[in-house]
Amino acid sequence: MPASAPAGVRARGWGWRHAGRKAFAVSGLDLEIAPGERVLLLGASGAGKSTLLHALAGVLGAAEEGEERGELTVDGVPAPTARGRAGLVLQDPDSQIAMARVGDEVAFGCENLAVPRGEIWPRVHRALDDVGLDIPLDRSTAALSGGQKQRLALAGILAMEPGLVLLDEPTANLDPEGVQEVREAVRRSLDRTGATLVVVEHRVSVWAELVDRVVVLDSGGGLLADGPPEQVLVDGDVRRRLAGAGVWVPGWHPLTGEAASQPLRTGRPQREGELLAAEALAVGRSPKAGPVVGGIDLVLREGHSASVTGPNGAGKSTLALTLAGLLPAVGGRLEALPPLARGAGKNPARWRSSELVSRIGTVFQEPEHQFLTPRVLDELEFGPRRVARRPEKEVRLLVDGLLQRLRLDRLAEANPFTLSGGEKRRLSVATMLATTPRLLVLDEPTFGQDALTWAELVRLLAELLEQGTSLVSVTHDEDFTAALSDSIYRVEGGRAARVGAAA
Amino acid sequence: MSVDVLTPELANSTLARANPVAKLAAALCITLTLLLSVDWVSASVALACELCLVPLLGVRPLTLVRRTWPLAAAAVVAAYSTALLGAKTGPVWLQLGPAVFTQGSVLTGIAIGLRGLAIALPGVFLLFSTDPTDLADGLAQKLRLPARFVLGALAGMRLVGLLVDEWRTLGLARRARGVGTGHNPVARFKAFMGQSFALLVQAIRRATRLAVAMEARGFGVMIDGRPAPRTWARESSFSRLDFWVAAGGVAIAALAVGAAVVLRTWNVVWG
Repeated sequence: MPASAPAGVRARGWGWRHAGRKAFAVSGLDLEIAPGERVLLLGASGAGKSTLLHALAGVLGAAEEGEERGELTVDGVPAPTARGRAGLVLQDPDSQIAMARVGDEVAFGCENLAVPRGEIWPRVHRALDDVGLDIPLDRSTAALSGGQKQRLALAGILAMEPGLVLLDEPTANLDPEGVQEVREAVRRSLDRTGATLVVVEHRVSVWAELVDRVVVLDSGGGLLADGPPEQVLVDGDVRRRLAGAGVWVPGWHPLTGEAASQPLRTGRPQREGELLAAEALAVGRSPKAGPVVGGIDLVLREGHSASVTGPNGAGKSTLALTLAGLLPAVGGRLEALPPLARGAGKNPARWRSSELVSRIGTVFQEPEHQFLTPRVLDELEFGPRRVARRPEKEVRLLVDGLLQRLRLDRLAEANPFTLSGGEKRRLSVATMLATTPRLLVLDEPTFGQDALTWAELVRLLAELLEQGTSLVSVTHDEDFTAALSDSIYRVEGGRAARVGAAA
Repeated sequence: MSVDVLTPELANSTLARANPVAKLAAALCITLTLLLSVDWVSASVALACELCLVPLLGVRPLTLVRRTWPLAAAAVVAAYSTALLGAKTGPVWLQLGPAVFTQGSVLTGIAIGLRGLAIALPGVFLLFSTDPTDLADGLAQKLRLPARFVLGALAGMRLVGLLVDEWRTLGLARRARGVGTGHNPVARFKAFMGQSFALLVQAIRRATRLAVAMEARGFGVMIDGRPAPRTWARESSFSRLDFWVAAGGVAIAALAVGAAVVLRTWNVVWG
């Protein structure tokens, strides 16, 4: 049988418990995937989707890394010994590229499988062709966009000619163009090779029309649903259970369910107080490096929500960080007006950090970048107690309120780094709210979040707006913009233009 | 944009075309020889030869100076401190209060400074003319170093570029939390340590994920306790140029030692 024939998968009572955990990540799984099938694997976070995918790729580890039950085979042999039969693409574009140059990266897997040199380069060219990457082989892998990096990772496994392609949320960190690029690359390459596909993704709509089967893992073990997408995704009961598990079900809005969505913010009080004004503002990573975006004019008012959109790398985050007082303006004028500045000077970039935290809060894309302490409670108390030096009574009141409101009270003693993705996001927002800033800047707050966390976050931000807090959100998320934005700025080609307001 | 340490823009020079293993051998030969003796003759002969070879690097001398001036500065500092603090032998040349410079201490100082430069330059040559991927290929294919180790290190270097970025982001993210822009040096130091630890955590996470991704592509697999066979997409080969590069290294080392022995300045460090 040639190496490239599609592979079949078979699980019999399979389960896996990670070493050091009490519960099994997956248990009692019976599943048969025929060669050439395209499967979308769904389930609540923690249902064991990634564990199953890693097991199929043969990288779950040896006996000391966990306990295995039952059997899991790829083409009839145990997954770890089916070397080269499965190829795995992971979520983070930056931590799965091993080599410095595009061609070498695609060749890497072939080399490891001891493919003769003469065969490697034709495979490299075909794989790059399959994923539609038309770039020189000696291009630096560091110079690629997120979508290109993910397509490169896909090319890297296609060159190994696997019979089973495994994708673990490959588009969760990408902008809409990147998502489309990657999906089309997957479609094209599968059409040519006929390989079996298993993809994990909680944004169902991305893959629904490409797959011919949807398998839903039950958190309690076994399967919740299994069948063609047009059957599984229309079944009312399954839809409800999927939505309840945080899966993005097509046609189901996280805020309103089956009903059509409505803007969250109607009849809000019009406030006129101006917080921050930019005139011909130019922003850049450093004054030396020069401006990335220039000629920005905007005014942020109390209780006003602005979204900043545009392609990756256009300078959206740089603009947000400048408005947040974290980067100095490289040209033009940025002025904090009295309701925001409250005696702290006109230029936010010159504020001391203790002045900054009680005026402007910034929520970074990666929550872990902002964690400072080994305990959720300390994390929340850090700002009000140690930086803003609020009285102890006020600190207690603030922190207790936030713990309750963001459902972190059960986790108060936990280590922030051990939380789930959604919990980390809630905590990173909560730490910023603890010092009650008037302006909150958020960088891709909904990236990679499941529908439950999404809905929670949007409701919370809507409440803050009602109370007069101002928001600036860098986001690709159209649902988010539709739910919350009063104005939308598009950053592209070195300019920022106001492109309108949401309904 | 991450800092790109792995695909430097190399001038298309003679040295850039040589096999990295040959360059490494030549550089090691010169460096190890110069480590044997502290004397100004061997150091200046080697340095003079090295400077004559700069055109082979294809880098304009001014660019070279701009990018390596810290080395020159370090050499000057080393020379000065030796002249100031070294053994005071021979006639006194200059006395400024408690600072005494004698003929012996000044000459030793100059020797130390020249030697530092002469030892550092071969490394600079290697760095300026070598793509890390080619070096890894050479080390694994020609010197038979384990592929696991060589390619692991190469992939690790890629993360270094990412970490430079991550350090910058961490700094901003932590300022947003109210950390580390005060004037108190103790607080600043604590903030620096905290940020370093946060970077370490991120580095370990990324490295773990990268290791899984590489393993999933068949990297580092052992069969019966031995590394699985592996092929190389890029062939690392030696040409006549590499012979001349290695011979050049040996010649410079020999010339430096010979001149020092003839002029009776050869002075073995532990002699």
